[in-house]
Amino acid sequence: MNEIIERVKNLSIGFNSQKGKQISILRNVSTNIKKGETVGIVGESGSGKSTLALAMMGYIKQGLFPLKGECLFKSEDLLKMSSRQLEKIRGRKIAMIPQNAGQALTPNLKIGYQIDEALRLHTDLNKTERDKKISELLNKVRLPSPETMAFRYPHELSGGQQQRVAVAMALAGKPDLLLLDEPTTGLDVTTQAHVLELLRFIAKDTGTSMIYVSHDLGAIAQVSDRIVVMYAGEIVLEGPARKILKEPIHPYTYGLLKSIPKLSLAGLPASMPGSQPQPGSINEGCSFYDRCNLATDNCKKNSPSLEYIKELDTNVRCFNYKELINQNNNLQTSITKKSNNSEANEVLKLKDVSISYAKQKFFDQLLNKITDQNPTVKDINIDIKKGETIALVGESGSGKSTILKSIAGLLKTKDGQIKFENDRILSSDLKMRNPNDLRAIQLIFQNPDESLNPNHTVEQILSQPLKLYFNLSGEELKKNIIDLLKKVRLGEFYISRYPRQLSGGEKQRVAVARAFAAKPDIILCDEVTSALDVSVQAAVLNLLQQLKEDLGTTYVFVSHDLAVVRAISDRVAVLYQGRLCEIGPSQNVYKFPSHPYTEVLLGAVLEPDPDIKPKLVAEDIVEEKPPEKGCSFQGRCPRKIGDICNSEVPPWQIGENGNAIRCHINIEELASLQQ
Amino acid sequence: MLLLILKRIGLGLITLFIVSLITFVGVEVLPGDACTTYLEREAYGAALDACIKRLGLDVPAYERYLDWASNVMRGDFGYSLSGEMPINEVLGPRVKNSLVLASVSILIGIPLAIVLGIITALWRDKLPDIMISTITIFSMTIPEFISATLLILIVAIWLGWLPGIVIIPSDATFYELLSNIILPVVAISMIMTAHMARMVRSSVIQVMASDYVQMAILKGVPYWKMVFRHVLPNALLPAINVVALTIAWLLGGVVVTEVVFNYPGLGRLVIESISNRDLPVVQALAIILASIYVGINLIADLMTLMLNPRLKSLQIRK
Repeated sequence: MNEIIERVKNLSIGFNSQKGKQISILRNVSTNIKKGETVGIVGESGSGKSTLALAMMGYIKQGLFPLKGECLFKSEDLLKMSSRQLEKIRGRKIAMIPQNAGQALTPNLKIGYQIDEALRLHTDLNKTERDKKISELLNKVRLPSPETMAFRYPHELSGGQQQRVAVAMALAGKPDLLLLDEPTTGLDVTTQAHVLELLRFIAKDTGTSMIYVSHDLGAIAQVSDRIVVMYAGEIVLEGPARKILKEPIHPYTYGLLKSIPKLSLAGLPASMPGSQPQPGSINEGCSFYDRCNLATDNCKKNSPSLEYIKELDTNVRCFNYKELINQNNNLQTSITKKSNNSEANEVLKLKDVSISYAKQKFFDQLLNKITDQNPTVKDINIDIKKGETIALVGESGSGKSTILKSIAGLLKTKDGQIKFENDRILSSDLKMRNPNDLRAIQLIFQNPDESLNPNHTVEQILSQPLKLYFNLSGEELKKNIIDLLKKVRLGEFYISRYPRQLSGGEKQRVAVARAFAAKPDIILCDEVTSALDVSVQAAVLNLLQQLKEDLGTTYVFVSHDLAVVRAISDRVAVLYQGRLCEIGPSQNVYKFPSHPYTEVLLGAVLEPDPDIKPKLVAEDIVEEKPPEKGCSFQGRCPRKIGDICNSEVPPWQIGENGNAIRCHINIEELASLQQ
Repeated sequence: MLLLILKRIGLGLITLFIVSLITFVGVEVLPGDACTTYLEREAYGAALDACIKRLGLDVPAYERYLDWASNVMRGDFGYSLSGEMPINEVLGPRVKNSLVLASVSILIGIPLAIVLGIITALWRDKLPDIMISTITIFSMTIPEFISATLLILIVAIWLGWLPGIVIIPSDATFYELLSNIILPVVAISMIMTAHMARMVRSSVIQVMASDYVQMAILKGVPYWKMVFRHVLPNALLPAINVVALTIAWLLGGVVVTEVVFNYPGLGRLVIESISNRDLPVVQALAIILASIYVGINLIADLMTLMLNPRLKSLQIRK
């Protein structure tokens, strides 16, 4: 157990800037990986965690080069090896499981070939033995029908299946060390929980050491024995997983843990001010100085070194860590939010809304015949009150974004009505809506990199809605833009910046400001925080809540992340395959009795706590189409009672907590089943 | 899959129909008709009447179009005015000559372009790339009439190695042709190869930066094996359509090169028949060149479809 298989010593990796300066993105990193151990490397984007992980395979991305230090694998320096020598180690001794298996599998080669390639390179098996081994491996990663799976192309598999194939491929060479680079990021919640469970099983079964790189402390908590926290290219905290997660003694880790929304907490997570410094901008002092609330003058001038604290078995890079010892109770708190007035009027009503992506045939269109009997989204009834935040949750394919698009008028409804203010029907065609309705409903997108025009300055971006809806110009326009920036906590000087000169969080703030520029009644938020780092996510959530409390805006908030939804929303609607399963006040939806699908989702949420294990109650099958009749969740339901689920659409039942559940099982019975 | 092929063929036929309509209408709206443009100053009285009668210009335009179109479908383009011989006989050798020129250029140019593109991509920003890229960009930017003229000046006049102008009749045999086409082939493939090599280069660079190539490296796949199994099949796929366009361009559009070298191919025939106001031949050429474009693009689309597993299974599932 104590044998060290890879040792990183004083490693610095950097690049040459255009001014010819050497800039390091990894600074003096040292760590050890022991045999059979799983080490989690955690940090936000730009912290250098992936660079470190790849260097541990002797791989340095193009444009970067090692400045000093070494990566010793069984006492041989990987960074000094020739590519011939590395070919013998990669895949055989150290194997990689990539972030996005969908893109990491070669598109023109069949699954079987790609696994076979690894076997041919790293084992001495002959053809028949290899064929047998391939189905063994596919079986081991629990892929359905491993015999036929080998003959499929990567794109014919779902995201979770692709990730499993990548795991099988990595296991082919029987490596001593597995490197996992964000292996579950981008997967659905239930799939993520299943893949993690598989990885845990493999670690135990094969005794392989693992390095698990992720920004997600929830995932890290589930697999790691030891955790390394990276910030601005340095290790700031390193120690046993439980210690790091329960008693973080570095202010950054502490803040990070506090900024994660948790299922058990109703309020908003606390946010950390500022953002991570850019590589090369740190000259002297602690790299976390700007954002730290424990900082002293000493921290500004001198940079702390990594100090080993024996009683905690932890390395920490902080002068004032002692102030954080025994502060762990404070972690389980959140900012309470003002709940809305439930007596308010309804501002938006969805009545029997159905949406279909199937193209109507030309002749059917002429005859006004409805051909798609099984539309993507069906019979959605939601009344949204003024000033409330309603969340639509579900996995990919649940139709949540589809509904959002049709409210925005970007997608025509097939059936049903969208009613706005005083039951006035909104046309489902954007061109038929009047300018005031267009102004009243605004949209914020997931990825600000794509939703902000890179060739426009912040001023141009924000002036467009102001010009369009309010005909502002000159001084007045400028004054309004500055007011908007102030509202989203950005200084006046941002006005002349381009999106590329902003950090991810700042960009999303500009996107929020643009939505608010129209003085909208309703803002549709499409996964607005899922492209952001956790600490930034917390800040954006707090900002949205503050704006809502000040201005009385209504939010329709789409997200796959149940903890985020818990933090921000007043009411939650759970969707599966475009059908509503459950809807109710958020504190009640998160309490049992729940719809079996809500139960599955809640069970799969990963909490940043090694003691809370996910409960996997249903298979993570991907269904391509909603079932033709009966309950939408019949294919995966762990509590299915029989034929009635396949043939009849379940009735709505209202629980005593006020949440409505659509299930054939009596609500009291559900309550007792889920106790 | 079959349905898709039929659909594509149908679309191609519609394109051809539209092209034929446009050329026919274009010829119709020109001042005067085939007889007045051909007979010029003699276009009066009995000669004009005879010509009109002979070409059947006295019937309404739509009838003439239908008549012409049905003949074309049977492979008969009618009579050329200047040579007063069947257009098929005029076209036949020209098509053959252009095919020879094009296929030799393709056989040399495409493999060369692919190899150069791969080399420049794999040694990106290193000496081989810098050298080859400089040459390709250079030969891309020089217009073909200049490079062709320079070739004649240097190779034919100063060095005297090869004939500068093709002085063979249009019905020359294949072997006679071969010795004469070296310079035209060089002139054509210079531009073609340069364009395609640049294309292949950027495509390979893009694939080399992809996640699956990084994965293959981290899997321990040896470099050249990775290049051939993981990079090239994916990088060359988008090149198929560019190759198709190049071939179509070669068969019809190398007008300038053919004129400079006096090469008796389709391109020169276009120029000749236009300056002779031989409208039936112009019409026939428009249809033939359009068919070549449509046909080659169709083949390229189908090939991409066959070779790309992603598109293939998408089609089958539908």
